[in-house]
Amino acid sequence: MTKIVADLDRCVGAGQCVLTDPDAFDQSDEDGTVVVIQDTPADDEALKRARVAVDICPSRALSLTE
Amino acid sequence: MATDGGSSVTAPVLQTTRRCPYAPPDEHTRLRDTASGISQVTLPSGQVAWALGRLEHIRAMLTDPRFSSDRQHPNFPRFTREQPAFGLMRPSMIQLDPPEHGPARKAVIGEFTVRRMAGLRPRVQQIVDEHIDAMLAGPRPADLVRALALPVPSLVICEQLGVPYRDHDFFQSHSSALLSRNVTADERQQAVKELRDYLKELIAEKAADPADDLLGRQLAQGNDPEDVLSLAFLLLIAGHETTANMISLGVVTLLERPDELVALREDPARTLPAIEELLRVYTIAEFANSRVAVEDVEMGGVTIRAGDPVLALSNAANHDPSAFDEADEIKLDRGARNHVAFGFGIHQCLGQNLARMELQIVFDTLFRRIPTLRLAAPADRLPYKNDAFIYGIHEVPVTWEDPA
Repeated sequence: MTKIVADLDRCVGAGQCVLTDPDAFDQSDEDGTVVVIQDTPADDEALKRARVAVDICPSRALSLTE
Repeated sequence: MATDGGSSVTAPVLQTTRRCPYAPPDEHTRLRDTASGISQVTLPSGQVAWALGRLEHIRAMLTDPRFSSDRQHPNFPRFTREQPAFGLMRPSMIQLDPPEHGPARKAVIGEFTVRRMAGLRPRVQQIVDEHIDAMLAGPRPADLVRALALPVPSLVICEQLGVPYRDHDFFQSHSSALLSRNVTADERQQAVKELRDYLKELIAEKAADPADDLLGRQLAQGNDPEDVLSLAFLLLIAGHETTANMISLGVVTLLERPDELVALREDPARTLPAIEELLRVYTIAEFANSRVAVEDVEMGGVTIRAGDPVLALSNAANHDPSAFDEADEIKLDRGARNHVAFGFGIHQCLGQNLARMELQIVFDTLFRRIPTLRLAAPADRLPYKNDAFIYGIHEVPVTWEDPA
């Protein structure tokens, strides 16, 4: 089971994950940091979006774990 | 390597003038396509710097804490001969490294979240519609830059910050002076001082009488007025001409591709991918991704030494064939978002989601409301900003038919 992991210390609130998959990611209204709302991609499409989000996260705050 | 300002016979002078709107200079492409993709170049300042041409190296560099954003470091890459003046203001987040950078950015990032940008949409739509109304009521041809591209982002950032828009001519002339390569060091310094003094006074007024705008909220949260001043200066300059230039360039590109424009008008879902492709193709702030190494770094078989200036050939990298299929083609449905037009790493553009939203509303509204819009001069004869720090077009004459 693949899980999305977010490192809040690295996050700079660029919001690129939210643009990639608003069903999986949100941002805190307080400081803009990532809130993972769906940490297990439900299907291949969601997994593909998660991989894009990991790739384009500018601060390398996202990763996938098996 | 010599970084004392002496130029090196082995380091060719960096080409900083664009010749073709859609492609990086041939010199940059050649530097990118060498065996390592990393070469030494001589900057206009006389500094010898490492130039990274490949996307993978640039993304690695911009996420590596061994490269600093400290613009006050004597070896930070400089694109003019003048010595920059420091001490006029505190460094803003763009110049800070960790650990200082995180808190400075987090103090304001809540103002730029995807949700906050969505909340600004109705007002941006209104601003765009009003400017199109005024353009349609005026003479033909109209200059799209003056009528729409410049005033829209300018008004949006002024309202967001809480800066009176009546002073926008003042910001415009000052930001132009800061972003032009053709002003003297003294003129640039004068522009910085005048803008700083203006903002300082405005912030003092807001501290005495808090307003519900970005600067007012920053002060209300207990941020130091000196830090709010640096932030205001950064956001006003960064949020002004960049988006304006993307509007101008994007309109020209789309008007030159009528079939794709029809598809875009019929399917609004095509707009955001098209914007992403325009950002990649133009890479208007191509030299914004500069750093100075603070430790030795091995990259691509090259050793970059602590203290070496490093710059990204961002435009060449955004056309890197190892990162993008048919990289030199404009494919409005490409959907690639791994470009570095907004930078990468912890300093990636704070206002990028604002810029995307503004561009989306402008393109969708303009082409829907004026389906007969066309250029009133050949696209290849337009006055492109070939020598500016931020690429764009000075003037875009457009015309249209009377509604049937």
